[in-house]
Amino acid sequence: MSLPGWKQLPIGAVILTPGSSVEYKTGEWRTLRPEIDQEKCIRCRTCWMYCPEGAIQEVEEPYKTKTGREFKLTYKVDYDYCKGCGICANECPVKAITMVEEVI
Amino acid sequence: MGKVLPLGGNYAVAYAVKACDVDVITAYPISPQTTIVERLSEFVANGELNAEFLHVESEHTALSVAIGAAAVGARTYSATCSQGLALMNELLYIMSYIRLPMVLTIVNRALSAPINIWNDHSDFMSVNDSGWIMMMSASNQEAYDEILLGYRIAEDPRVLLPVITSMDGYIQSHVVEPVEIVSDEEAISFAPKRRSWVTLDPDKPVTMGPVGDPSYYFEFRRQLWEAMKESRKVFDEATEEFAKRFGRKYSAIETYMLEDAEVAIVGMGSFMGTIKAFVDRARRDGVKVGALRVKLYRPFPSEDIARALSNVKLVGVMDRALMPGSAAGGHLHHEVAFALRQAGLETKTIGFIAGLGGRLLTMDNVKQMVNVLINYKDKTVKELPKEPIFIGVRE
Repeated sequence: MSLPGWKQLPIGAVILTPGSSVEYKTGEWRTLRPEIDQEKCIRCRTCWMYCPEGAIQEVEEPYKTKTGREFKLTYKVDYDYCKGCGICANECPVKAITMVEEVI
Repeated sequence: MGKVLPLGGNYAVAYAVKACDVDVITAYPISPQTTIVERLSEFVANGELNAEFLHVESEHTALSVAIGAAAVGARTYSATCSQGLALMNELLYIMSYIRLPMVLTIVNRALSAPINIWNDHSDFMSVNDSGWIMMMSASNQEAYDEILLGYRIAEDPRVLLPVITSMDGYIQSHVVEPVEIVSDEEAISFAPKRRSWVTLDPDKPVTMGPVGDPSYYFEFRRQLWEAMKESRKVFDEATEEFAKRFGRKYSAIETYMLEDAEVAIVGMGSFMGTIKAFVDRARRDGVKVGALRVKLYRPFPSEDIARALSNVKLVGVMDRALMPGSAAGGHLHHEVAFALRQAGLETKTIGFIAGLGGRLLTMDNVKQMVNVLINYKDKTVKELPKEPIFIGVRE
């Protein structure tokens, strides 16, 4: 990717587009990746509450466990922004989130 | 011809700030600067100046608040010196690299320790790479005029940099001289308020002061180098226009009897007046000595200095601040020596350190420096002193 040179950049590092921080993907900072075991997850929303980056997404996607339990929602990790801090895994009351080493 | 008032340097500056119709003043007292903001507070209290006068709890806050004020587009002013300037240090860089124009006056005072409230240039020199345009006056009239020049240059769309104006503590700040003041209309006409770059505005949101990671930070350093270079043209235009309107012509450097000089003293600030007086005296005795005063310190007028000193054999550069352990001894010597070298000149230099912490400087001190220069003028570079010569210190 080619980045703008000093003549192209707005002076004083002013950012002229509001809300543009979403374009800054912080996922590559991660060394450990949280993975949610949908079978163990009880949809309690604790990870969603604790995530400091808002990187846990609550998706309206039904899920049926092997034991027959049905959920209307599924929790997913937005890996574009998740920095891998592990707070979700630490807080999860049923240990449904595992931190897995990122391998390049 | 405007009105002439008897004014100490601090009051002169306060009158100039009022004439420039500043919107925000952030004030924290420190000797010898205090009477600038004190006089400004009277102007605001009397209704002579319609500005927000903000009493803050430290110089760190004074400049933090100034950053906020300048960011919303207000014409902003503050003044400080010495330890106060040191406390402002981290904000100085933020102000300049966000490219916010303002004017800050330094009333030159020594840095501690030992605690010393008297005049030298160590505070001024300590911020010489903070990205501010820097000027040093040599008279109260010039201290007044620098404020007008400062706002005109700082807010120019080609520049957008903060400006430091300065004067010598006590020697200028508290000594009364006749100062011609201009009307508010004339001041504003010369330095109109014109913020052209973005400001903080809820209707047009922008972010100022974001993180600049390794893939962006460097580019903004490069930008400022260019802005500083560009500011020199704007300085020259501004001084030209100033001369047309008010009859006083300033330049980046002031030269005195350099045309045929074999030796010369280069320095800054009010003491250059004494040096010029000594030059007159020495000339009567047939000594070919000249003087050069650096007014504009950032951007440094390297080419002007090299041109002015091109025929001088030996230059003594007098610093009123010390760079311990450095190659040159003092900041000005460092800059002047490099300027001469870059111009490919044979002109040799010797560094003098003088007048630290308000140590009285006299004609005798100048004589001492000139004698050193005369003794060494025909020596080779290798025979010159390798360290600065300390003038007026007890052995």
